[in-house]
Amino acid sequence: MTARESMSTRLLELEREDLLSFINAALACTGQDEFYGDATGQALSIGFFHAYVLGNYRRLYAHCLAAGINDFNRTKIIFNLLTTPAGVPAQQREQEGRLIAAALPELPPPRVYRLLEALVDRRVNNRRTRRIVADYLAGRRDPQLHALKYRRRIAKIAAHFHLRLQPEESAVLFNVKRLRRYQTPLFETFRRAHYEKRAVYELPYTVAEGLAARHKIPRETFLRGIAPRLTTRERLRLQSSAAALGVAAVAETDLSRHSLTRLAIYFLSLSLRERTAQFEALDAAMQRAAQQIVRHPSAKLGRVALVADNSYSSRGSGQKRKRPLALALAAHYLLGAAASELTTHWTWPIASLAELRPRGHTDLATPILNALALRPELLIVVSDGYDNDPPGGAAEVVRVFRERLDPKGAVSLIHLSPSYDAGSYMVKSIHPAMHSLGIRDVEGIPTLLTFVRFAAGSANLHELQDYLQARAHDLLAAKDHLR
Amino acid sequence: MTSPQPTQIALNGLSLGTSQVWGSVRLVPLTRDQPIEDLRLSEQCWGGPTAVSLPDNTSYFAFIPHAFVASWSHDDTPVASLGTQPANAAKSKSQHFQVRFAHRMAKRERQRGVAVPRLRFLPLHTAFEAYLALHFAGPNVLRREYSQRVLSQGLSPRVEMVTPGAWLPGLEEALRVFEIRDGQVGMLLFVADVFAGAFVLPHPEDYRRLHRTLLSDCYGELVFRYACLSTQAAALVRPLRDKNINSFEDLRVELARARADWTSSHHSMASGLFEQDVHVQHVYRLGKSYRLERFLPDFRLRQENHIGEQITGRDGETAYLKTFRLSEAQVRRGYLLSTLARHDWDLYASAAALNTDKLELCSRLERAGFGDMLRAHLRRRDGH
Repeated sequence: MTARESMSTRLLELEREDLLSFINAALACTGQDEFYGDATGQALSIGFFHAYVLGNYRRLYAHCLAAGINDFNRTKIIFNLLTTPAGVPAQQREQEGRLIAAALPELPPPRVYRLLEALVDRRVNNRRTRRIVADYLAGRRDPQLHALKYRRRIAKIAAHFHLRLQPEESAVLFNVKRLRRYQTPLFETFRRAHYEKRAVYELPYTVAEGLAARHKIPRETFLRGIAPRLTTRERLRLQSSAAALGVAAVAETDLSRHSLTRLAIYFLSLSLRERTAQFEALDAAMQRAAQQIVRHPSAKLGRVALVADNSYSSRGSGQKRKRPLALALAAHYLLGAAASELTTHWTWPIASLAELRPRGHTDLATPILNALALRPELLIVVSDGYDNDPPGGAAEVVRVFRERLDPKGAVSLIHLSPSYDAGSYMVKSIHPAMHSLGIRDVEGIPTLLTFVRFAAGSANLHELQDYLQARAHDLLAAKDHLR
Repeated sequence: MTSPQPTQIALNGLSLGTSQVWGSVRLVPLTRDQPIEDLRLSEQCWGGPTAVSLPDNTSYFAFIPHAFVASWSHDDTPVASLGTQPANAAKSKSQHFQVRFAHRMAKRERQRGVAVPRLRFLPLHTAFEAYLALHFAGPNVLRREYSQRVLSQGLSPRVEMVTPGAWLPGLEEALRVFEIRDGQVGMLLFVADVFAGAFVLPHPEDYRRLHRTLLSDCYGELVFRYACLSTQAAALVRPLRDKNINSFEDLRVELARARADWTSSHHSMASGLFEQDVHVQHVYRLGKSYRLERFLPDFRLRQENHIGEQITGRDGETAYLKTFRLSEAQVRRGYLLSTLARHDWDLYASAAALNTDKLELCSRLERAGFGDMLRAHLRRRDGH
């Protein structure tokens, strides 16, 4: 191999590592406070990482939109691509535009409007961006509701991008009282609600809330009246505060429509007594949600052992309250549905899931050892990767297991970490023999497991590029299919 | 009052866990197999300058953020610990200029004039006072070398500086991310892998409540410097010896051995406290079986010297322990004073014991901050 060839191999290797750690970081990081790090450090770290990948590997950076990374980072990618169009060849720009247009509708609307508003603040206004914004707004499923719910943001966006609006929508956005009467029923209700208390209850909750305050309607009365209009998620969020006010109508009875991660977070937000009382219903709902995720046959797994971290650090932060623990719990249900046989080992053993709470020190070594002793096909550890009894004990157990007890690598070892380490630009890994991946929602676990071979280093850069390209292609195809 | 025979401090009934490191701070949890139920400690927040009047008509002024209240039962029945009493917010306006007056370091509480089984004492200050009052009365022999003031008034005022824990960079964050173990009742604190102090309470619930009071405690100058200069404690590892591991059982045994090694290494890191000879002084008797004591070391130069207070139970069990590591200058002051006192304040004899001459001893006394003790002709003046 000549020096030039060896240099180029090294460069390819470097590019592969960069991309992998970027995707890994973008799976977990949300720029929020973590247990072991504050929001400022997180935002600084991930912001630098984005700028670095954008500057060096722009084409693959755009493809990352399809790689299953979290919403925060997808929004950030779109923003970065749209704010730095200079010097990009026309063909590449067009492809980026198509990817962005395909990715936008998959994001939650509040995030999209915040993103577009950020573009307005950055004074980005070019033909490509105008087209993307117009396409997104035209493709929304419920534009009238959005016009009310995100009124000020959409008004700002519409004014900046010179969007053509329907006369009624324009009136609602900029001056409700300009028209005496609206043909669109929702807009008409909104207009009436400015004068009439009764009309407030015909509006969606978030729109009605502000008007109720303007009419000085007491909170109990308002909640009682608006209860039939609440969405399931609003119910889930409001039921405890409503119960404290003595309003029973808000209680959420149908748990089947929520995602597994959300159910797990909700479960952990309940007090121990409530959890025990409703355990059967919640347990069944989480099992159903897990079945939904793994109904595809490719998601099935063999004998799996799960090591789940319920130490004190799994309480997360004020912004990510108990999220690490919720992910561990959700992973327990998900793997229970996906695996032919699952054993779960908590770092602080519990008798029943109802009493699950973040508690005590982190002893990862013992549960990993117990799990490995059962000789599973796959070991998954859900933990932030900080262990302290003994410090670094988990890494040592994994090392000795791989070197002495399982030299052929019969057991696959995977570590899923819900927290991003700002200082090292990656999720904190336990041991190189155990592949670490970031995780934000358990719904992504089946996709993550297909991604592991890249993290394992068995695939080279070209395979990774092909994989990303294929995912981007799938995303575009799904968009075309919807049309 | 003071025990004539020097003894040693031991962690009776306690076992060490493995350390948790954050930045330069290393915290080693101490757990108790059997929690003590018939003695409980809780906190009273004071949060301001406090003057303590002592039985011998001296006064002790310090910034004392909190007091501890020990409750006990006369038989072995469990007692509940008092709830935390937050400082009165309404008074906080004028509190800036208020000095709280406390009577004695350790005082039995009374309710409507009747003594109840509760003792209020000032953590660490109980021990500080012993250090500050060391040979406080001054020379007991009328010698010509000493100034008129020290002969008539003793060493008053005696002043020492300490640093509040909240000023130690990284300590607050380290306490926040520390994962309290089950059954944990105490903590050994290391800063930049230098032993800073020990803190032990009777019951795990007390510890959970008082975990953050480590921030309001005082630390010596040395600890403060180390906390400022160091950013990361050593990343210690104890690799598993994999030569003879052929089964999971072997791995389990080796893991247990690694844990034991951690424990013993932490113990030896803190050996400065456990190996020093101390003189224990009795302060108060709580019920039948508990005694509040404070201790002073022998003041060995250039070595670790810890002062502290403890409550010991039956069979010498450590129910409460709080220690303070003296800074080098504080050790020197204690050393000089006790050497002088041992030789009846005779400067020649003391100088001989210190392998030096009288003038050098005088300049050492002056450098240590005791210049006022000496007559003017023995003091170094500028220009000489």
